[in-house]
Amino acid sequence: MSGWLAFLLPWEFSPLAAALALGAAVAFVRGARRVPPGQAVGVARRIGFFSGLALLYFVMQTHFDYLSQHMFYIHRLQHLVLHHAGPFLIALSQPQAVIARGLPARLHERVLTPAWRHPLVQGAYRVLQNWLVAPVLFVGLIYLWLTPEIHFYAMLSGPLYHVMNWSMLLDGLLFWFLMLDPRTREQGALIGLGPRIGLLLLTAVPQILIGADIALATHDLFNVYGVCGRAWTIDPLEDQQLGGLVTWIPAAMMHAVGTLVVLSHWMRSK
Amino acid sequence: MSRLRRAWLVALALLLASCGGGGPWQLKDIKGVVPDLAFNLTDDSGRRVSAADYRGRTVLLFFGYTNCPDVCPTTLVKLAAALKDLGPAAHGAQVLFVTVDPKRDTLEALHRYARAFGSHVTGLRGSAAELRELAKRYRISYSYGTPDASGNYDVTHSSAVFVFDAEGNARLLVMPDSGEKAIAHDLKLLLGARQG
Repeated sequence: MSGWLAFLLPWEFSPLAAALALGAAVAFVRGARRVPPGQAVGVARRIGFFSGLALLYFVMQTHFDYLSQHMFYIHRLQHLVLHHAGPFLIALSQPQAVIARGLPARLHERVLTPAWRHPLVQGAYRVLQNWLVAPVLFVGLIYLWLTPEIHFYAMLSGPLYHVMNWSMLLDGLLFWFLMLDPRTREQGALIGLGPRIGLLLLTAVPQILIGADIALATHDLFNVYGVCGRAWTIDPLEDQQLGGLVTWIPAAMMHAVGTLVVLSHWMRSK
Repeated sequence: MSRLRRAWLVALALLLASCGGGGPWQLKDIKGVVPDLAFNLTDDSGRRVSAADYRGRTVLLFFGYTNCPDVCPTTLVKLAAALKDLGPAAHGAQVLFVTVDPKRDTLEALHRYARAFGSHVTGLRGSAAELRELAKRYRISYSYGTPDASGNYDVTHSSAVFVFDAEGNARLLVMPDSGEKAIAHDLKLLLGARQG
């Protein structure tokens, strides 16, 4: 098999990730065919949804995941996709209604809708999407997994590694669906458009700080990569500096773009 | 969702409780974090061996290659010195040196190299597939540099020594900066626990 094809095979196959990606893609395509005339799903939304999904699949279910386990800056790129870029693109395309239409009716009506309306689920969702909890959780997870001692064990232990990546993905989806909701507070959004602009700008600051702190550190903070072996020969500090820059700059840029998106929703609502 | 979050927090708390502070260890505690000892390889006398052959001994598993200029010899010297500190108790310990360069490391070369660091050291060699499987199990990596004019190349590989108890459970990790004293201290405890 050619190198590239082999690279695209899963490093550690996850039936859950594969089933979710495939299920979401099929439901979206079916749903897009079924929308009533006048509500057609535009090309931009389709591109947003599928590029987000493809990016997530690529970083989780190809040999990119192997590189992420053995190179700090590739790991930071993986988290940039899991926590920022992938969920951002998916939330931007607002696929909820389309996917709901594309799901088998029974699954939708008998399982998912009652589960979603369950008071426990609604209560947990309200708490997680609270204006204070959501940003703290978003930034807190980045700091948590980048605590050197915790990072060490997350890279050494298979189960903990998966907890880390799934927590970043789920939190990324929660956060960007909350932030990029096109509705105003009056129309049903959990947080108003104005306050969201403030939150997006505020949450960028701690990410810039931790990214800069890592990029400018003069000693090896994450020795687990040396301990377990890097994917190829690179100076550990260079690897760390690149990782710090990935944590710092593209992440902050995503927040700037997010701010512009919310601003455009806000202008439209006026 | 809330249940899932709670599960993460519980998992994390358990992990931190079992790994973080406390405990008598000076090396890194990896109990419950790293899988048990398991492999199928060939030892430096040509015998097919598996983890079962080393049950009952404290195993120090280390990945390297005989042309290694720095990490491997320094680590093996450190382990040999720590074992010497232990005196007769060291007979319960076994260093397994797995080559990540089976192309150049023949069984004879491996045998000569391992013996140079003492009678407690055995070299192990596997096919590319066996080695890949073992590396994946312990989440370690190795990669080959570009060969120079005379065909010599460096291998980038893990620098840690995984320590397994007599039952084959992963217990400790010797880090590149772990001292000989710390290694001897912890091995003594581990070997003593077995006898007691």
